[in-house]
Amino acid sequence: MRGILALEDGTVFMGWGFGARATVVGEVVFNTAMTGYQEILTDPSYRGQMVVMTASHIGNVGVNEEDVESDRPQVTAFIVRALSPVVSNWRAKESLEAYLARHGVPGLSEVDTRAITRLIRIKGAMKGALSTEEGIDPEALVEMARAWEGLEGRDMVREVTCAAPYEWTEGSGRWQPHGFQPDPEPRRHVVVYDFGVKRSILRRLVDRGCRVTVVPAHTPADEVLRLSPDGVVLSNGPGDPAGLPGIVSTVRQLLETGIPIFGICLGHQLIAQAIGARTYKLPFGHHGSNHPVREGATGRVQITAQNHNYAVDPDTLDPREAVITHINLNDGTVEGLALRDRPVFSVQYHPEAHPGPHDADPLFDQWVKRLGS
Amino acid sequence: MPRRTDIRSILVIGSGPIVIGQAAEFDYSGTQALKALRREGYRVILVNSNPATIMTDPEFADATYIEPLTPEIVEQIIARERPEALLPTLGGQTALNLAMALYEGGVLERYGVELIGASPKAIRIAEDRLAFKEAMERAGLEVPHSILARSVEEAVAFADRVGYPVLIRPSFTLGGTGAGIARSREELIDRVDLALRLSPVGSALIEESLLGWKEFELEVMRDRHDNFVVVCAIENLDPMGVHTGDSITLAPAQTLTDKEYQRMRDWGRAVMSAVGVETGGSNVQFAVNPRDGRMRVIEMNPRVSRSSALASKATGFPIAKIAALLAVGYTLDEIRNEITRRTVAAFEPALDYVVVKIPRWAFEKFPGADPTLGPQMKSVGEVMAIGRTFKEALQKAMRGLEIGAKGFEGFPPDRRPADLRQALACPTPDRLRAVHDALMEGMSVEEVSALTGYDPWFVTQMAELVERERALRRYTLSTVPAALLRHAKREGFSDAQLAAFWGCSETEVRRRREAAGIRPRYAQVDTCAAEFEAYTPYLYSTYEESDEAPPTDRPKVVILGSGPNRIGQGIEFDYSCCQAAFALREMGLESIMVNSNPETVSTDYDTSDRLYFEPLTFEDVLNILERERPLGVIVQFGGQTALNLTMPLHRAGARILGTSPDAIDLAEDRGRFSALLRDLDIPQPEHGTATSIEEALDVAQRIGYPVLVRPSYVLGGRAMAICYDEETLRAYMREAVWVSPERPVLIDRFLEDAYEAEVDAVADGKRVVIGGILQHIEEAGVHSGDSACVLPPYKISRYHLQIIEEYTERIALALEVRGLINIQFAIKDDIVYVLEANPRASRTVPFISKATGVPLARIATRVMLGQTLEEIGFTRSPEVRAFFVKEAVLPFRKLPGADAVLGPEMKSTGEVMGWAERFGHAFAKAEMAAGDALPLSGTVLLSVNDFDKGNVLKIARDFHRMGFRLMATRGTAEALRRVGLPVEGVNKVSEGSPHVVDAIREGRVQLILNTPLGPRAYTDGMRIRQAAVRYGVPLLTTLSAAAAAVQAIRAIRDRGFTVKSLQEYYEEALRR
Repeated sequence: MRGILALEDGTVFMGWGFGARATVVGEVVFNTAMTGYQEILTDPSYRGQMVVMTASHIGNVGVNEEDVESDRPQVTAFIVRALSPVVSNWRAKESLEAYLARHGVPGLSEVDTRAITRLIRIKGAMKGALSTEEGIDPEALVEMARAWEGLEGRDMVREVTCAAPYEWTEGSGRWQPHGFQPDPEPRRHVVVYDFGVKRSILRRLVDRGCRVTVVPAHTPADEVLRLSPDGVVLSNGPGDPAGLPGIVSTVRQLLETGIPIFGICLGHQLIAQAIGARTYKLPFGHHGSNHPVREGATGRVQITAQNHNYAVDPDTLDPREAVITHINLNDGTVEGLALRDRPVFSVQYHPEAHPGPHDADPLFDQWVKRLGS
Repeated sequence: MPRRTDIRSILVIGSGPIVIGQAAEFDYSGTQALKALRREGYRVILVNSNPATIMTDPEFADATYIEPLTPEIVEQIIARERPEALLPTLGGQTALNLAMALYEGGVLERYGVELIGASPKAIRIAEDRLAFKEAMERAGLEVPHSILARSVEEAVAFADRVGYPVLIRPSFTLGGTGAGIARSREELIDRVDLALRLSPVGSALIEESLLGWKEFELEVMRDRHDNFVVVCAIENLDPMGVHTGDSITLAPAQTLTDKEYQRMRDWGRAVMSAVGVETGGSNVQFAVNPRDGRMRVIEMNPRVSRSSALASKATGFPIAKIAALLAVGYTLDEIRNEITRRTVAAFEPALDYVVVKIPRWAFEKFPGADPTLGPQMKSVGEVMAIGRTFKEALQKAMRGLEIGAKGFEGFPPDRRPADLRQALACPTPDRLRAVHDALMEGMSVEEVSALTGYDPWFVTQMAELVERERALRRYTLSTVPAALLRHAKREGFSDAQLAAFWGCSETEVRRRREAAGIRPRYAQVDTCAAEFEAYTPYLYSTYEESDEAPPTDRPKVVILGSGPNRIGQGIEFDYSCCQAAFALREMGLESIMVNSNPETVSTDYDTSDRLYFEPLTFEDVLNILERERPLGVIVQFGGQTALNLTMPLHRAGARILGTSPDAIDLAEDRGRFSALLRDLDIPQPEHGTATSIEEALDVAQRIGYPVLVRPSYVLGGRAMAICYDEETLRAYMREAVWVSPERPVLIDRFLEDAYEAEVDAVADGKRVVIGGILQHIEEAGVHSGDSACVLPPYKISRYHLQIIEEYTERIALALEVRGLINIQFAIKDDIVYVLEANPRASRTVPFISKATGVPLARIATRVMLGQTLEEIGFTRSPEVRAFFVKEAVLPFRKLPGADAVLGPEMKSTGEVMGWAERFGHAFAKAEMAAGDALPLSGTVLLSVNDFDKGNVLKIARDFHRMGFRLMATRGTAEALRRVGLPVEGVNKVSEGSPHVVDAIREGRVQLILNTPLGPRAYTDGMRIRQAAVRYGVPLLTTLSAAAAAVQAIRAIRDRGFTVKSLQEYYEEALRR
């Protein structure tokens, strides 16, 4: 079936549709990871976005039950250069095509993904409309893209957070980073705010002897404190942190309690906002598994998985309040913060990986060590 | 942390001659590193015995030693230069082994030289299989079950326990020499026996077989802060069991989930720590079981490698350069990514294309050699292709191989094997063709995959190509729908392939395609999948919508490279192509390189201003010319590959720079060329051409036997033979299937016992200047590329040299040569004959350039662009004030079964240079550098043919006088006894044990002189030669080489070797 992608600047790409037959709108971003499309698809931080994979061949290893970061694909649409006609991997249970179709997500293949990527690099992330339905007029799609409200200032978290608190008990199982000895005994209690949490964050906490309670994004601070956690994790999530004033004030209340807090991605941005800093939108964000991040204290570089569109403005950070612990070597953006007088730190990237290198995994150890046992 | 300031000078060891398993990739790596280190202000000292390299060009180091890579010689260099550090990780296994020998011999300590880039401990762990296994197990990594055997009995006991097949890998040998698979106890006994002998430490690893497991490689880097990156993940199409150098490989890996890939990455990092590689690049190989994902670490190389060169070309990440910078103290985050300019080397490249590498083999040159691929590498070169998809890259790689394939296609009808299943199951160079034909016949993807061990994902891609081919064949040029044509081009089908489907010409397809608006676009290799802007125009073609790096408005010149290395066309041509790029840069012109060989310096993105990594076919090159609209194209430096494109490109309207296409054709066309020689009154051997057996016999009858026969338009003496009688000529003609009226057989009178010489000269149309005259040490009948030769000539009279000079001038002027010309001469009975003339760069250009200090290819480039030799200031032949000997390096040891005999067909893979003030020393150094150090005492085995029985006497007497014992087979022994020489007689193999091969195996022979007889290798001689190769005894197969050896041994006994850098030599020459 035919498929069309139309961008707000009027550019139209014609290719082959796959997955669901649908017409959708969203923000178009690209991801440069060469492995891990299933984890990317299912990462709730992509809610509201269509993801262009820059790697040539996608779908080669199908999809399986293990490599999911949430219970369903989260992307609005998935755009690839060459969709694999066959699935070849010992763990595969289903083809990518069938998986997307089953969940109502349209895909587009046989388009010049490099051309789209270059366009986004030059013009920034764009609004787009994609259709795999018949009889759709490209011009109408361009209009749809332009008419869409976009993600800026919107609360996308409400779309992906859980409805009620729950306990998470599954660890990484056979997929521990090399040399890591999991500690199965739940010695500490951690509450994770679900702003669209990736399951790998939960798994890495369980692997380290944490009893994990996941709570909905809008849970008030005192409710969380009533669970008497040893620490709180502010998860990743989609969209613009500026659209979440309520959550920011909850984070501020938590910070005041002195409880150990670990922020990841959106969680990191929320901490920054809570201490009075501002966030801003990057031209086309960071989406990939190869971002070099330098840790100021040691000078060491980690290759990290990243997926974010907003970043913390370092000029708005009060140096008496927080230190910048990590920076991105590609563009110098803030990648990590630590509060001076409280056991709170946060990173913009994804120490839980999946997809991506395990270089930053020890951050979980650093944090968990601070929790009472 | 900035670079180290406690080091000022660094010794870099090159990899020596090109051999199977160690090729041009080390020139690429070394050259990159030298440039980087000098830019940092270090004094760099280089030692390498290979004169054909760019790295040994004097401008790339402060002191360049072209000397044998032995501990004794390098110690002399260290004593003279007193470097503070030694960087051993850029010259392959040769450099690592040499560095270890220097370390273990106490030389490094004695002179206070620090090993940088790799510690002795790390080298030992990586090389010593048992230590490696222990280190891996300590780090919690899984390796195949194995034992280190020091005896055959130990090996058998182990294999009986774990079951057959098992792999055998001798410790400390190059490119898998001596490695093999044993499927039975008998095979095991035989192979272990050999492996233990080949291993310098007398041990071999016996290992459980992982046949059928998938193979992956990670190219990784680590700096002294323990920062770690994976530059590239390479997947082998061929499963475990085929040496990775002989495997078809691709990047990025296609069949791993992220979890599996990250586990591999974790292991890669753990391997680096466990081995103790503190800084630099390494290659780590993994096996993965496709049924359950189990993984094993196979091996690691703590240095740059063939794979790292491939990874650098595949990603744009210059591993060797960065490894050199890490070795002097930088960290990855301190090194800028030159492609994006704003990012740093501490990152992992993202690819939005697929790279496919296919090796190139040369079995056609080695009758008898087994073409089955296994754990010992046998290929001599490789092609790399870049496409947006695997299909496109595979098709481009196939056509870039220059083996007659126009893309992914099957066997030619006459070569089609009877049993396709067998051809699929057995890894050989033709396996892809078998896959094509099997799929075309309707075999299922599952079955092809099961037989080949190729992952079904790849076979499916190939099946789709076959499916597309079927669809295309249903149409003709006029009926094919534009949409289908576009799909075909997007999948990499070449115009020539489509023309073959439709029975029309390639040009017609091109016209049709262009009329439909289907033209290639060019994309950049940018390390980052377009995330950042790229500033280096490193380009590949694809059929996409967007086009990048548009041509500049500067005046520009396109240089055609020489494609995959093969015997007869190797690094020497790449050397000249690079020189052309340097010359263009000096002249302020934009240089544009087109090449498909990932091993080379020419395909480094900063050698030229623009690099097109493309197959060297008419279609691909013309596309570039139409896009770039250059002043012209340089075809003289790219060997036969570029030369073959000259006429088609000329006809298509391209401007060929330098010597005209017509003159090139004249020199190649036997009839036209011999008419020219007649006009110029220059003697040539009597000759004729033939397209049938009858014609051939007539010609031979007329000119007399023996005759030299060969096809027209070939390089490296492919299918060249000497026929001594009618019977062998008939046999040759029957096998010459390529004969056609356009491609007749050339038949020349063979000048027995002639001396041969060759000349490289530059001409500008008015003036001809000779760069050098080389005399061949072997007599006529040995291909010029295989013959040892010497500059200046040591046995040609002034009178004959003058004639050679005069003929050179006459021919070059008559051909209106603008650029380089190489002419081959033979001298017999006081007559100088011209054998052939080639108006292009020859294999000897780099050698002569090193010996004289005159960059011939650069001068030729300037001439091609219109400067006169006078303007350039090159009007007199350079004087040569020492003896420079070039010796060929032969691959027999790597190709079991091949006969180690020299003949008119070239067989050598590489060359070395030895130079000294006396001929004897120069020759001895060359032999030593070629790996066959001449013995100073011991026993010489003589076994010569009847023609040589007279002339061998003087040589035997000389050996006797120097105190050597003589051993000879019956006929030779009788001849020696007749003149009163003491000789020990020994049986030929056919005469029964104890025989000559026993003597060789027992180590009782230190030097062998065996001259083969006539056209065919007789079994007895062949056994001797094979034994010589197998047991590493220096072998001489011509009397003139033996005479030179006598001089050499005498010279060394008289006075030992001295060394001197080229820079000092040039300076002294200037002062004189």
